Amino acid sequence: MTHPASRRFDPALVRQAVLDAFGKLRPRTMIRNPVMFVVFVGCILTSGLFLRSLVVASDEQPAFIFAVSAWLWFTVLFANFAEAMAEGRGKAQAVALRRTRATTMAKRLAAPQRGAKVEPIDSTDLRVGDFVLVETGDTIPGDGEVVEGVASVNEAAVTGESAPVIRESGGDRSAVTGGTLVISDWVIVRISSNPGETFLDRMISLVEGAERQKTPNEIALSILLSGLTLVFLIVTATLLPYSSFAVDQAGRGAVISMTVLVALLVCLIPTTIGGLLSAIGIAGMDRMIQANVIATSGRAVEAAGDVDVLLLDKTGTITLGNRQATSFVPAPGVTEAELASAAQLASLADETPEGRSIVVLAKERHRLYARDLHDLQGKFVPFSANSRMSGVDIGEERIRKGAVDAMQSWLQSQGGRLPAGVREVAEQVAKQGGTPLVVASGSRALGVIALKDVVKGGIRERFRELRAMGIKTVMITGDNPLTAAAVAAEAGVDDFLAEATPEAKLALIRKYQAGGRLVAMTGDGTNDAPALAQADVAVAMNAGTQAAKEAANLVDLDSNPTKLIETVQIGKQLLMTRGALTTFSLSNDLAKYFAIIPATFAGLYAEPGRKGPLAALDVMQLHSPNSAILSAVIFNALIIIALIPLALRGVSYRPGSAASVLRRNLLIYGLGGVVVPFAGIKLIDLSLVALRLV
Amino acid sequence: MNDFTRSILLFTVLIATVACASWPLGRYMAWSMDPKVCGPRRQRLESFMERLAGRAGRAGQSWKGYALAMLCCNSILFAIGWLVLAFQAELPWNPDHKGALEPSLIFHTIASFVTNTNAQHYSGEVSLSPGAQLGALMWLQFLSAGTGIAALAAVARGLAGRLDMGNFFMDLQRATFLVLLPGALVLAALFVLGGLPMTMSGSANAITLEGVSQGIARGPVAAFVAIKQLGTNGGGYFGANSTHPFENPNFWTNVISMLAILIIPMSSVWMFGRIVQRMNHAKAIYLVMLLLLLGKIGCALWFESQPARAFEGLAGVEQVSRNLEGKELGFGTSGLSGPLWAALTTATSNGSVGAMHDSLNPLTGLVAMVGMWLNATYGGVGVGMINMLLYIVIAVFIAGMMVGRTPEYLNRRIEAREIKLAILATIAHGSITLLGTAIFSATAWGREATSNWGPHGFSQILYEFTSASANNGSGFEGLADNTVPWNIATGVAMLLNRYVPIVVPLAIASSLAAKRPTGQTGGTLSVQDSTFVVILVATILIVGALTFFPAAALGPLAEHFM
Repeated sequence: MTHPASRRFDPALVRQAVLDAFGKLRPRTMIRNPVMFVVFVGCILTSGLFLRSLVVASDEQPAFIFAVSAWLWFTVLFANFAEAMAEGRGKAQAVALRRTRATTMAKRLAAPQRGAKVEPIDSTDLRVGDFVLVETGDTIPGDGEVVEGVASVNEAAVTGESAPVIRESGGDRSAVTGGTLVISDWVIVRISSNPGETFLDRMISLVEGAERQKTPNEIALSILLSGLTLVFLIVTATLLPYSSFAVDQAGRGAVISMTVLVALLVCLIPTTIGGLLSAIGIAGMDRMIQANVIATSGRAVEAAGDVDVLLLDKTGTITLGNRQATSFVPAPGVTEAELASAAQLASLADETPEGRSIVVLAKERHRLYARDLHDLQGKFVPFSANSRMSGVDIGEERIRKGAVDAMQSWLQSQGGRLPAGVREVAEQVAKQGGTPLVVASGSRALGVIALKDVVKGGIRERFRELRAMGIKTVMITGDNPLTAAAVAAEAGVDDFLAEATPEAKLALIRKYQAGGRLVAMTGDGTNDAPALAQADVAVAMNAGTQAAKEAANLVDLDSNPTKLIETVQIGKQLLMTRGALTTFSLSNDLAKYFAIIPATFAGLYAEPGRKGPLAALDVMQLHSPNSAILSAVIFNALIIIALIPLALRGVSYRPGSAASVLRRNLLIYGLGGVVVPFAGIKLIDLSLVALRLV
Repeated sequence: MNDFTRSILLFTVLIATVACASWPLGRYMAWSMDPKVCGPRRQRLESFMERLAGRAGRAGQSWKGYALAMLCCNSILFAIGWLVLAFQAELPWNPDHKGALEPSLIFHTIASFVTNTNAQHYSGEVSLSPGAQLGALMWLQFLSAGTGIAALAAVARGLAGRLDMGNFFMDLQRATFLVLLPGALVLAALFVLGGLPMTMSGSANAITLEGVSQGIARGPVAAFVAIKQLGTNGGGYFGANSTHPFENPNFWTNVISMLAILIIPMSSVWMFGRIVQRMNHAKAIYLVMLLLLLGKIGCALWFESQPARAFEGLAGVEQVSRNLEGKELGFGTSGLSGPLWAALTTATSNGSVGAMHDSLNPLTGLVAMVGMWLNATYGGVGVGMINMLLYIVIAVFIAGMMVGRTPEYLNRRIEAREIKLAILATIAHGSITLLGTAIFSATAWGREATSNWGPHGFSQILYEFTSASANNGSGFEGLADNTVPWNIATGVAMLLNRYVPIVVPLAIASSLAAKRPTGQTGGTLSVQDSTFVVILVATILIVGALTFFPAAALGPLAEHFM
């Protein structure tokens, strides 16, 4: 599955969404959104009034009723269109996913052994606990755990990444996903999910939004919006007796008409946020998918925004993942070039990242271009757990490099000793968070190579942003406290957990949670599962084990630990978009009141031939009562369309403290929400007049 | 110095005085209602009250238990009050032989006094004996105010994260004996010094200059008026309330009355802050209330410094002064007894009147109604702060999302249940006002009760329901409201809008208390900074304006622009 560049308004998608917008006009679908359902009822009512006005003469022109009714229908359709647009993208992805899920034949084994009897079976008939054999060229028939064998698997169907990955029994690389392809060797897989419940199935239903359940915050907001709708229903309904009282008192004038009441109601109820609410939720989920993170529920996306402690693995997230040689410190009486040369020779055949970095550093610092070990007729001495050093023998010269204590015993065995100066340097390197390697030639210690974890560029700034957002970063590492403290200081994390064990991680999460914090973490191994289950937001690496994936509520298909930070931002952006549009929607009502109330009651208590007292409230100086009401209704409908891109994209998000983010959003969506409709309604009124429509 | 600047100066001194006094009193109230450590003296008081409450007073209550205790207790108060009024002719201490009241009037009167509304569709000196005034109404003024303070203490305990919300019977005693009774004693003494009558004998007889014999009503007025002002009750001994010379004879009683109206509602905020242990949050709330109150007072003083709207355009009338109609001019023309009192009494759910609200300029009348629509700019004793919590829940919910988190208040997450409850209480207040007004403006019940034509007549109906819904009790007057439909409809409105906004916040507080607390970080919404003040003010104004703007347009606004 590949993600095309962000073309939000792909013509094919738009066409489909337009059709879906009409399809969603079913009352059963509409009632799921109470705010828009009220508009829907208003549409039907005004349509009826229009038909009636064609037959029975009334005070209102049929054209006016028709215009109001038509724009109310547009309001509903626009809201449906927003939802359909948001769903459209997921649907397209679901279609691609479904293709890979096509039924395959599986080779069920009678027993989990290579030689056991093979029985061909339809993949949809597999059940939890079945064992299947998957060989080169076969599609893995369902989610499961490798129990025997090793194979390279193409998981592009799920991750979009075509480079094959190794799956083998035991360890942290044993989980396989149904629908992925074995491209070499064979494995025996124990099926761990029934058909219809696999990871792929879950992904399909999630991206499709078919089983989309409202998240807790969305439910709470819907209740608030329904409550406000009820308030406005009462406000508009009571206007009828109020205006009849006034007409009775004045002895002339007309009671407010049903068309105007419906128009007023629709303008007042929060249709902007009501119409875009589900689109915002789906789009938030979609943004997660764009980031190649699959949320097991919408709730997880929301919770991601609430996180205030991030547990980050040092390796891969904070540091580049490998120690790199950063300097050569020669022993007394040795030149740096001599040390570098020996160090490079000792590392020429060392294919570890550390070894390679030593070769490169020597090249950079001392222009020592890699020599060929064969030409020198050297003999490589590989690292062994026993000797804990590696090196090279060139003729009589025996060059070795290794940890301090290992080298000390080597030197002693060669009749030499480790000079105090070299030991001090080594200790200093360790204190600064580096790893010292001592280099010796025969019985002579040449000096120390300092290896260091290299912190990723820009990560410090990233953590500063997170701190401003009120999020605490904690580095998790297996290093000793000394090394950990040095890396932590360099990276700018708030805290660290050194010599971390799964138990220590779990205890740390519990400690933060007891203090009222919400904790997020990433993990991949089976031993991470308890901590993942305990964390409030847990991102499992897709490359990880089945146990880790089950325990997590987000799965990162790219298996990139830095993704955690992005995940938090997506969650925050989702909530922010909801809040901003709610504020905007409610602030809009002020202008709508000032458009509709004076228009409706301008004639009330008026002397014949003059305007009534309430005309004084017509601050926008709109053309006529009808154009005022129509302008408000049109504005109300168009604003939904205008805000669809914002709903799908999310409000722009600049990391900062809660106070600064709030001030910014208040200014844009609160104050903007008050001002924009005044201008918008006036503009629409002017256009209606210019087009001679009123 | 002209009248307007003089009145500004006077009210500044007045508000500053109460504001300063509210700090120590709030501290005292917190000590009374929820002592952190009980010294030996406080402990003796506590055990005395425990003995008085009996077994019911010993156990802590959940929100349901607390609400049930409150409702049962208030029902019993209702029954006792009803019996006293119904049998006042047979009961002792009836020197002037007053007869029984009409049943719907009894219902209205008792509902009114139990709910701390104290709207009066009767005239005290005409209909009631001193025995009934004291035996049915005066102690209700204590207990209804005590109920409000008790409820706030319980809600605050819940918001502090305590699942045990206290005990209603103990809280009611603490509020009554430790807060209201001492306060009323001091105030009554001051009133007696100020010249208010305090006697148990019946009407005095006087022979006028014309030689006519006249009965002058009197009674235990000082005691009655003290708790009327202190407990945001507002039910006067006389029908004319604080415009009667025996309730408010001079400048000093006028000033003391206004201080007394504000003092406990203001102190309630500090009490709340101390119980939830968030004084900075309380300061922000206090500021919001103060800003809105000052805004209303400023508007009222300004609008009322204009000539009387009603006389404009009348042939042969030239107005050279501010609107002086319906005001006590004995205290000068500075507007102290008129618009200032009107703004204070409506902002605090007190409802005692110092001028004829019906005679205020239309926009000043609107200010009075706004005070009751918002009903939380200090509001009634205890309940004003509780009403404010409903606004806070809604404000914090919307603003909380805007900082990119699931909304939380005082470190507890606001979810569907809390929003459902908060919006329910908000709907109850607005819709009962609007629906009541709708029913009466559409029918002869209302149309034939108004004494004015057009928008002003509409304002009279609107005001009556606004006052009942806000448990305020003041009247626009001029409305023929002592009829069966009015008595029953406004009585029901008072009862619903008293108990729904108390029980609902109890439920919200308890539901929040049961949640896992979240941490306070730089990423959480602050409820004590200037942005929060702006948000809360905006929320209150927007919710209020959206609900009541059309009604205001057809009443006071139409009248003003006419």
